[in-house]
Amino acid sequence: MTFRHKHILGTEQLSRDDIELILDTADSFKEINAREIKKVPTLRGKTIINLFYEASTRTRTSFEIAGKRLSADTVNITASSSSVVKGETLEDTAKNIEAMKPDIIVMRHAASGAPHYLAERLDCSVINAGDGAHEHPSQALLDLLTIREKKGRLEGLTVAIVGDITHSRVARSNLYAMKKMGMTVRLVGPGTMMPPGIERLGAEVYTDMREALRDADVVMMLRIQLERQGKTMLPTLREYARFYGLNLENLKLAKPDAIVLHPGPMNRGVEISSYVADGAQSVILDQVENGVAIRMALLYLVAGGESKEA
Amino acid sequence: MAELETVILDRAGIGRALTRIAHEILERNKGTSGLALVGIRTGGDWLAEQLRTRIAEIEGEEIPLGEVDITMYRDDLGTRGSLPVGKTQIPFPLDERRIILVDDVLFTGRTIRAAMDALIDLGRPRNIQLAVLIDRGHRELPIRPDYVGRNVPTSREEKIAVEFDDQRQAIEVRLIKP
Repeated sequence: MTFRHKHILGTEQLSRDDIELILDTADSFKEINAREIKKVPTLRGKTIINLFYEASTRTRTSFEIAGKRLSADTVNITASSSSVVKGETLEDTAKNIEAMKPDIIVMRHAASGAPHYLAERLDCSVINAGDGAHEHPSQALLDLLTIREKKGRLEGLTVAIVGDITHSRVARSNLYAMKKMGMTVRLVGPGTMMPPGIERLGAEVYTDMREALRDADVVMMLRIQLERQGKTMLPTLREYARFYGLNLENLKLAKPDAIVLHPGPMNRGVEISSYVADGAQSVILDQVENGVAIRMALLYLVAGGESKEA
Repeated sequence: MAELETVILDRAGIGRALTRIAHEILERNKGTSGLALVGIRTGGDWLAEQLRTRIAEIEGEEIPLGEVDITMYRDDLGTRGSLPVGKTQIPFPLDERRIILVDDVLFTGRTIRAAMDALIDLGRPRNIQLAVLIDRGHRELPIRPDYVGRNVPTSREEKIAVEFDDQRQAIEVRLIKP
């Protein structure tokens, strides 16, 4: 089967077949990352612009390395060092960048829907690297790749996603994708951090973390996003850690071979204890490694995606 | 219009061609020392497996076997789109080896160009030799095979299909006229 998407805006738009193709492609690209010479000529001559309106180390570096390993030319633009600080609108910035003929724009923005806005107005491909509290598709896909690698399958697994669901684009992208792959998704968090009506997307909603962890195959901890937090949501971090922090003791409620994921950056001692983060069940660094492979797969599939099959 | 298909090699014919190629490889390289087989996915990898079996029957020694996927090295991403990427698995160092690159059908030579680029990215073989089951002509690059099962004159519009059974054994080669 072939990939038909010009843009990657979210996992909501991807089918189960699309997701499987992305994971299989990433799996093949992983081999390159283990080579001595970590470069193939696949995207030679393609220009990729990483347009980041929000702070990011992992995702931006990961996309940049992914592009470089495929021999594309990658350029990074961060809002703080661009004309954005001079008051240029998103559309003007994008039109100007487009005039330089990039093939793919990878974009992160604090406003939900910003990449969709660009995708409608530009000729080049747009990959969403996180838009507000909406979606972060490449993160969800690398999570799935990591889970599939460790568990050998996705279908039938139970995942507990713990934390600030309301502000989490990671949770939303994972929820869409995991439901398509036949997984059971439990969302856990304090009532103030749980968007009303989310169960309509197929999630089971819990407020008691211990209940949600019971017999889970996968535990995904979310970062408490202090930068997106109004003061009212959370009395104190200590209290949060007590009710919704993952530690060696409550992790025992999950299956003995359960794996622990975290999209990073971690607040050690808040949502996750260091014993768990550095423990045997943690696959957090595998996620980062798989992130490069997933982004290589997305760049590759998008770069050829709009062409007709011969 | 119905397609016209002619069987140009049957199972026995393929077997004899592979046996002859195995002998030629051993003769030209004076034995198995430093030899390794690398098949191009998919088709070439299965033929490489069969060549390895035959070489082992003749010399009593199994030579290393790898497979290469050339999707990442294709030169037609713009016209053909993103094809599924397979895995390259070469479980031995290439440096100083004599590599027998194996493919089922040699046509324009572009696949072989891509495969050679892929191999050279992984190491520096002493030499690369090319074995193909069918050479159908129409080269677009200066590439020639060292070992050929059967030369088949074709027109550009015709197709060559190599059929494998579920044991990865080549059972039939057909010429399909448009």
